[in-house]
Amino acid sequence: MGYPHPSHPKETPVLSKYFGDIGARTYDGWVKRGGYEGLKKALGMTRDQVVEEIKNSGLRGRGGAGFPTGLKWSFMPKEVTRPHYLVCNADESEPGTFKDREIMRWTPHALIEGCALASYAIGAERCYIYIRGEFTEPWKIVTRAVEEAAAAGALGENVFGSGKRIEMVLHRGAGAYICGEETAMMNSIEGKRGNPRIKPPFPAAAGLFGMPTTINNVETLVATPHIIVKGAAWYKGLCLGNPKSTGTKLISVCGHVQRPGNYEITMGTPMKDLIFDMCGGMRPGRTFKAVIPGGSSVPIMNAEDVEHCVMDYEGIVAAGSMLGSGGMIVMDDTTDIVYQVMRLARFYAHESCAQCTQCREGTAWTTKILERILAGQGKPADLQLLLDLADQMTGKTICVLSDSCAAPVVSGIQKFRGEFDAYLSRTRQPVMV
Amino acid sequence: MSSHKAVEAGTAGAAVGTHPAPAYAPVFVGAGKTKLEALFAKYPTKQACLLPALWMVQEARGWVSEEGIHETAQVLGLTPAYVKGVVTFYTMYHTHPVGRHFIQVCTTSPCNICGAEDVVKALLQNTGCGELGATSPDGRFTVTEVECLGACGFPTPILINDDFIENVTPERVPGLLQGYK
Ligand SMILES: Cc1cc2nc3c(=O)[nH]c(=O)nc-3n(C[C@H](O)[C@H](O)[C@H](O)COP(=O)(O)O)c2cc1C
Ligand code: SF4
Ligand code: FES
Repeated sequence: MGYPHPSHPKETPVLSKYFGDIGARTYDGWVKRGGYEGLKKALGMTRDQVVEEIKNSGLRGRGGAGFPTGLKWSFMPKEVTRPHYLVCNADESEPGTFKDREIMRWTPHALIEGCALASYAIGAERCYIYIRGEFTEPWKIVTRAVEEAAAAGALGENVFGSGKRIEMVLHRGAGAYICGEETAMMNSIEGKRGNPRIKPPFPAAAGLFGMPTTINNVETLVATPHIIVKGAAWYKGLCLGNPKSTGTKLISVCGHVQRPGNYEITMGTPMKDLIFDMCGGMRPGRTFKAVIPGGSSVPIMNAEDVEHCVMDYEGIVAAGSMLGSGGMIVMDDTTDIVYQVMRLARFYAHESCAQCTQCREGTAWTTKILERILAGQGKPADLQLLLDLADQMTGKTICVLSDSCAAPVVSGIQKFRGEFDAYLSRTRQPVMV
Repeated sequence: MSSHKAVEAGTAGAAVGTHPAPAYAPVFVGAGKTKLEALFAKYPTKQACLLPALWMVQEARGWVSEEGIHETAQVLGLTPAYVKGVVTFYTMYHTHPVGRHFIQVCTTSPCNICGAEDVVKALLQNTGCGELGATSPDGRFTVTEVECLGACGFPTPILINDDFIENVTPERVPGLLQGYK
């Protein structure tokens, strides 16, 4: 199927196969489409076997950092002497990213199945699904699906007669990008301000309520039942060359392409194919200028960077950026890069939790300098000042929000220097900000 | 977390003050109490019920007032100062009354390059709010700018109360508002 447009022949629909298929939303509909087979099969295996299979598949976290999922699960204590928790990260707030929302809207039972499977693998009886407060529709759909799954015995005291108890609690966020960071999310569930925690201790040792905890992104969890049903080798085979990046990845494409939307690609697909073929390229009469390929927190790429870039974790790093969450923001020649970099800096300034000086002051100061450049009041030394600030903001804080603000600033100046200079030399009309 | 909040707090009180405030009616009594007790079963601590409890207050009263903060603190065994600290961290809890229909518009880069600022202008004009964070004189609307709503492929998404609306253009605005009296 596909939503909002039919799947492109170059896509590999695994997770997105039923996007747009309203019948897949109900428990019965999901079972008819092969749903819950992965969970049933996993319950017949040992915890270790499940973890091993996920390890062998090469699956890496789809929330942004790309950490190997099986390895993360293996950090959980073998013996369950106190409660273990799974947290499902459905906070999806990274600008450019809108894939988890579609998963929850169209295939809520896929999420429940993935969460239950992971809960079993890590020895958890309870999973908290943290859904951002603005996602009112996914919230209703997932709530309904959890009720249905419980009534059908897919959740509860005795999941599918296995003797295992797995329950799901939906937790609603209340508007804070930072709560997508894993330790901020744990604080938020505990009824606290969403400040990230200093690590160590890592969540597998002391996470939610101080207990061993694993946290995974929606897309990561939804991939796991497919791996258990079809095997690690099958998943590993979904890869166009680089064995370190396997499987399919949902890429959200937005901005100035003809067909924005989610595209499920096999890892290793050329970026040019995605932008210029699958998404239909630029609007008529327009030319490509830039793309931010992994959500707003990664460096900006120009046309030259895109030319030979393949879409997987290593491929995009080689081209100077990162795969991140897989949210691609495409910009054509009408885009004012200086303005958009300012807009992103303003986003990070707004969302900083303000614990770390470099981040609190740095994001605000960066925004002010960019606003002043746009207003035609920039000073020649401002670009160096922005770069120095970015340096101070990178690698020095409790979480990487601060680094994320620096990434578009530094790459914007490096790749589109002329646009900054035009404002500084007053050859470009100042804009109101 | 500060800049947008400051705008809201600074101007949105415009529509109130002319009527005497009605007395605060407790939220966690009767059905509200039952719902709260059901929450206790979902978390190992009472403190963890804070975000859902605040959502209950906002749903029942339209915003989270000082009295709402005090009542929530009391039922969860927390101090009002602590609860206030949490309330003010999250942008979706209203710390002052807002219009009957609360409109949130995404203006982050992906939507910005697709015309979100024109949608904001159209909303401010057609609601009569005039400026961001202010409530229209008839008490019907409040419009705020928010960061990425997680629907960047459908620019510009807006939220009117709990209704998530995709692909909003300035032309669609007057028609959309008709549905919110
Ligand atoms: C500032 C910040 C925001 C984040 N937002 C999200 C988010 O919205 N969704 C998400 O899945 N991960 C987000 N992450 C990443 C999480 O911290 C965590 O790495 C991820 O949920 C782990 O799941 P995975 O291994 O399945 O990717 C964010 C990280 C940071 C630093
Ligand atoms: S880097 Fe920024 S958002 Fe992250 S903990 Fe520090 S102040 Fe908070
Ligand atoms: S930037 Fe507007 S919804 Fe993401």
